[in-house]
Amino acid sequence: MLEIKNLHVKLEEEDKVILRGVDLSIGAGEVHAIMGPNGSGKSTLSYVLAGRDGYEVTEGSATLDGQELLEMEPEERAAAGLFLAFQYPVEIPGVGNMTFLRTAVNAQRKARGEEELSAGDFLKIVREKAKTLKIDAEMLKRPVNVGFSGGEKKRNEILQMAMLEPRMCILDETDSGLDVDAMKLVSDGVNALRSEGRSFLVITHYQRLLDHIKPDVVHIMAAGRIIKTGGPELALEVEQNGYADILSEVG
Amino acid sequence: MALPKAKEDALQARLAALPAIAGKGWLAAARAEALARLTAMGLPARRDEYWRYTDPATLNSAEPTPAVRFDAGDEAAPFDGMDRLKLVFVDGVFDAAASDDLTLSGVNIERLAQAGDTDIHWAQGLYGVLEARGQTPVVRPFAALNTAFATDGVLIHVTGRAAKPVSLIYVHNSDTSDAILHHCVKLDPGAELTLLENGPAAARFSKVLEVEVADGASFHHIRIQGRDHQRRAVTHIFARIGAKSEMRSFTLTANGRLTRNEAVLELTGDEGRAHVAGAAVGDGDFHHDDTVFITHDAEACESRQVFKKVLMNGATGVFQGKILVKPGAQKTDGYQISQSLLLDEDSQFLAKPELEIYADDVKCSHGSTSGAIDETALFYLQSRGVPRRTAQALLVLAFLAEAIQEVADDAIAEDIRARLERWLARHGTKG
Ligand SMILES: Nc1ncnc2c1ncn2[C@@H]1O[C@H](COP(=O)(O)OP(=O)(O)OP(=O)(O)O)[C@@H](O)[C@H]1O
Ligand SMILES: [Mg+2]
Repeated sequence: MLEIKNLHVKLEEEDKVILRGVDLSIGAGEVHAIMGPNGSGKSTLSYVLAGRDGYEVTEGSATLDGQELLEMEPEERAAAGLFLAFQYPVEIPGVGNMTFLRTAVNAQRKARGEEELSAGDFLKIVREKAKTLKIDAEMLKRPVNVGFSGGEKKRNEILQMAMLEPRMCILDETDSGLDVDAMKLVSDGVNALRSEGRSFLVITHYQRLLDHIKPDVVHIMAAGRIIKTGGPELALEVEQNGYADILSEVG
Repeated sequence: MALPKAKEDALQARLAALPAIAGKGWLAAARAEALARLTAMGLPARRDEYWRYTDPATLNSAEPTPAVRFDAGDEAAPFDGMDRLKLVFVDGVFDAAASDDLTLSGVNIERLAQAGDTDIHWAQGLYGVLEARGQTPVVRPFAALNTAFATDGVLIHVTGRAAKPVSLIYVHNSDTSDAILHHCVKLDPGAELTLLENGPAAARFSKVLEVEVADGASFHHIRIQGRDHQRRAVTHIFARIGAKSEMRSFTLTANGRLTRNEAVLELTGDEGRAHVAGAAVGDGDFHHDDTVFITHDAEACESRQVFKKVLMNGATGVFQGKILVKPGAQKTDGYQISQSLLLDEDSQFLAKPELEIYADDVKCSHGSTSGAIDETALFYLQSRGVPRRTAQALLVLAFLAEAIQEVADDAIAEDIRARLERWLARHGTKG
């Protein structure tokens, strides 16, 4: 589904190289996790895939179902099925959460040549999905993420994901800031979406999340590269021993 | 005091192009007094403090700069389909055939051109009177000129609850029209009126609106200045707002080569409320100036000034706003915000917010900002599949939301939002 080959990325404005040859291949229906020290480039990888400005790809490629992502506008990537749950969800004063969700859902449907959802149908679906994530009606009326607590923002990201039904979901530290119950809610939300045709890339620092969302593959990223790949046991190893062993092992 | 020679010459050149003040009756007297005021102050010049950001040259000139009328295509006129009493002016000339009868329950409406010859008239207490009061501490020569030379207007006396809104429609037809209209609105205690205004009016338009809002009365004013790109306009609102009464004024301006909208409001009775708001969007050769002066002269009054401008391709926005709290005006709640969203580096916003407070128990805040579109928010929206242009329009509307919220009527607010959306789609924001 997602194929990243030898991806090199630097900052556009500075001579700072962040990704130094990332290789990653995620098959349909698979769940991959990326762990790695602060500043190793995990969020940068997710932003570059989603199409954020400010980065320059100097080498490599990233394809979604064979389509080159890096050439597309962010909205085209979204329409192609890519979704990024932000590490820091953005507040948008003045734009209602409901308006935002509806505009997004219908824009994607339109881009794919599907019919737009009627206001009634849309409302029904949102209410249902919001309920399972314990997002109340009042939160849906408020401007996007404005005044939301850290955990509420993360749940709102998952609501968007549930509404947009992307095929390739990237979750960047969606567990950070969540209390134990919210972690369960969010994980259940993610697990409910797991299917043969949908893949996940879960960026996290903690093994705990991976108890809920069981990964097929775990990668360790350091200094802009994937330095080790393994099974779920790799996350446990990091949890117990930190990164020192792995880093020195790789050299 | 004699005027400096340059000012004297400019004034004489302008006056030479205007008809002599004729007639008898109360109106002729009011006009003569206004002319005396104008003669003493002269026309504005760029060097004048109040005109530092807006060049008055094309408003001063003897003849208006020609302006072709703009075809709005198939876009429905504002307030279409609303039940309202329509009064139509074409290039400043009343069009009886296109207008409704001047009869409305709760309201007495006359035309200035017809009511001016009598010896006494209720409008004597208003016409030119509020304008004259508004000439201090800063002079407003175009308002005095308007009082002296207005060719027509409406005199509206609201005695109860107006059965429906009064809607003034200004049609622009001739490329060289130079219209001067002057309206007076008097609301008796407890009376209610919504006044709607729309249309570009003329190549050059001068308009004064004087409003007396008596105790417990409520006056809503919604204005949509026409979409003609080349039109020029200088308008004034002078209002006195009594105890426990309310005035709300909202203006939408899309396009226009030059617009100067002044509002001079005075809260004269306890617990009065005055809101003035404006949303302006300009592309290219667009200069829009909101100049507002609100005086608190009574206790526990609330005032709000909310002005938002979206500027692109070299457009200019100006805001000069003042809150004056007089001695004794305790418990004043004053709020002023002026903001611009600059969609490129060629556009500019010039703001001069002022507070002058002579009472100690007051709450006043003011803020002025100028900024670009939030790229992070834009990316967030795009990453959810919203096309860049749609995302920009959403953010622009969000920026304007606080001003549009000042429109009390939901249907009109919705129409204004839709108009802005279409405007943004047509003018295509950048990127
Ligand atoms: N726009 C930017 N300007 C300057 N430095 C940047 C920018 N974006 C990323 N960086 C730098 O690139 C490196 C990688 O950052 P990134 O956010 O991708 O790390 P991360 O692995 O997600 O870290 P964390 O675990 O703390 O979230 C960091 O050193 C960061 O400071
Ligand atoms: Mg990160």
